[in-house]
Amino acid sequence: MRKITTLAPLALVAALALTSCSAPAASDEALTEESTASISYAIWDENQVPALEANIAGFNETYPGIEVKIDLTPWAQYWTKLQTQASGDTLPDVFWMNGPNFQLYAANDQLEPMTNLIDDGEIDPANYVDVLNDLYSFDNVQYGMPKDFDTVALWYNKAILAEAGVGIPDDTWTWEDFGTAAKTVSDNLADQGIYGVATGLTGGQEGYYNTILQAGGHVLSEDGTQSGYDDPKTIRGLQFWADLIADGSSPSLQQLSDTPHNAWFTSSKTAFFWSGTWSVSELAAASNTLDLNVAPLPRDEKQATVIHGVANVVSANSSNKAAAQAFQAYLGGEEAQTLQAEMGAANPAFIGSGQAFLDSVEHFDLQVFIDEADNYAYPFPVSKDTAAWSTIENELLPQAFSGARSVEDVADELATRMNEALAKE
Amino acid sequence: MTLRIGNTVGESRAPADLPVRPTAPKPKPKPKPQGFDGYWPWLFVLPTLLGVLGFYIWPIIQTGYLSFTETGPFGGEEFIGLDNYQTMLSDENVGQALINTLVYTAIVLAGIPIALLMANLVNQPGLRFASFYRVLFFMPYIAMPTAVALVWRMIYNGDFGILNWILSLVGIDGPYWTSTPGFAIVSVGIVGMWASLGFGIIILGAALKNISPDYYEAAQLDGATKWKQFTAITVPLVTPSLFFVTIISVINGFQLFDLLYAIMGQYNPALVQSQSLVYIFYNQAFIQNDKGYAAAIGMLILVVIGIVTFFQFRMQKKWVNYV
Repeated sequence: MRKITTLAPLALVAALALTSCSAPAASDEALTEESTASISYAIWDENQVPALEANIAGFNETYPGIEVKIDLTPWAQYWTKLQTQASGDTLPDVFWMNGPNFQLYAANDQLEPMTNLIDDGEIDPANYVDVLNDLYSFDNVQYGMPKDFDTVALWYNKAILAEAGVGIPDDTWTWEDFGTAAKTVSDNLADQGIYGVATGLTGGQEGYYNTILQAGGHVLSEDGTQSGYDDPKTIRGLQFWADLIADGSSPSLQQLSDTPHNAWFTSSKTAFFWSGTWSVSELAAASNTLDLNVAPLPRDEKQATVIHGVANVVSANSSNKAAAQAFQAYLGGEEAQTLQAEMGAANPAFIGSGQAFLDSVEHFDLQVFIDEADNYAYPFPVSKDTAAWSTIENELLPQAFSGARSVEDVADELATRMNEALAKE
Repeated sequence: MTLRIGNTVGESRAPADLPVRPTAPKPKPKPKPQGFDGYWPWLFVLPTLLGVLGFYIWPIIQTGYLSFTETGPFGGEEFIGLDNYQTMLSDENVGQALINTLVYTAIVLAGIPIALLMANLVNQPGLRFASFYRVLFFMPYIAMPTAVALVWRMIYNGDFGILNWILSLVGIDGPYWTSTPGFAIVSVGIVGMWASLGFGIIILGAALKNISPDYYEAAQLDGATKWKQFTAITVPLVTPSLFFVTIISVINGFQLFDLLYAIMGQYNPALVQSQSLVYIFYNQAFIQNDKGYAAAIGMLILVVIGIVTFFQFRMQKKWVNYV
């Protein structure tokens, strides 16, 4: 039983030790090929290290004197560590940022705006999916350089669908088609313990954020000040999942807790799986991978998916800001992003550089993800303090999905408490 | 001390316990100031002292201060008096977490009598493979809590777990152990108890070894049964160790976090009803970024553990025998 209370000071010490060695260098002077500096680059995904090292090598061809050190911290500790570093003004020079955390850092003046890079023409925001530029802008100033993106689509298992006598999904499918198909699978293959669909219902990205959008509802008002959970269309988007669980098309929340949704799908125990671009490598490596493929999400009032992506940001307190920004700009460029895709690290945010991503797994129809991003992707809902209300979602929504309370009832309470949290921002 | 078995008591005392009685008066060379050994003992304790001050005492003081402030994720605290404590009193999650923590601690404490019985069995004279058993029982205690948790997650799995499979053989339809409110904290408690048995067995085993065999021989001559020997000799003589194990178990119980975090997982619909105090502290401090409120919960944990430990020390006079 390790004491959590002792970990915080340790993290602080670790943070001090890690950053105390960055050398002081000429900061705001114009960067030349002869410039020397040492900058740190904090990331959380070990799988992407080789591709990023290749990017650093490419960057060093232009700026051989700038040393970039990768500072890898696992996801579970990444944000805790970053916060400790921010409190001590020792943030890494360049680091990965995600949507839910972005406004928190931007609003607290921790991030360096990209205004000068855009004004100098080093970066053209038009090269990136609009929604991603918006996601990383705060008060109309862009801070984050989109690195990659993910959208959500409908994964399915051909073999199970054939056995249950259900057709392959395509982009004409409505919620009704999907519901009938999922129910048919559950009914016909009940003796094998196979269900229609499994999806992660903690956090909305894989499931209910998409259906809320498809029903015409919203999680957060456009100005980010009001909860959308009291909108009847939003409630319809939540009801979709409660119904799937109630009629046995999906395992119960308890079953999904004991055995996570991705394990159901990779063990051929469900026919459908709502998930995003990030599942490609896992599903390509699954033992049943040749049975799997991907299709657009079903539609209700309209077609929709949430889009999210990681961005590279520069610390406002970096002592090597010029070098850090040059690296940030390089990482956003076509050369760096194409390399990322070729090395299978991520689906790049630079429009048109994703061919290598499409080719990475031949038996998956990955174009679906790109088409969704181009045609009907909506931003992942974030506000200044996203964590304050996403915790409330995770606390209340299970009561709706499990059928313990009516969806209207839960959504109503959620809207009230979320508005209280938003008012505190 | 109610135990009196002949005059063996005096002989069986460890020499260290005996007051030093010099046989002959030694010549005193020089009168020294009483209780003063110069400054340099301080030099020897300084490294530890600095560590304790820097990493325990100072953070506690700071946490105490933060608990009266509203502190955002990047510092910048604002003094708000007792607001955090008021919020805490009206926060039903904190009350539920306190109950859960008490339930967990009670289950872990229930493991101590089991540990004593097992330590007694392992210490039976002439038992073969005794040290093998000791290693075996101690293993869960040194294993990583997360690794332990992952194995138990599989055992507890409602659909595919071995526990429900065994229950199904005798016709019982087992529940979803870790995701049903009520069952969940008890399931975690059972793992906590199982994992800490080894600690109790080692400490109590060492205490058992220090009991002179003379007692048992004398008791046997008087015709005492094995059970009578256990309750009248073994138990009273290991009470100091029992006290120690109880104190440590209670403190560990109140700090329940990693086992709960790892066994329940993040997709658990019963999580809200099954949180522990430290879990709420973690959630407020690092997920919700409300460090001031988290500090107040931290102070609550400190005070609760302090009070419980204080009363345990007061109560020990009633049941702990120091020979």
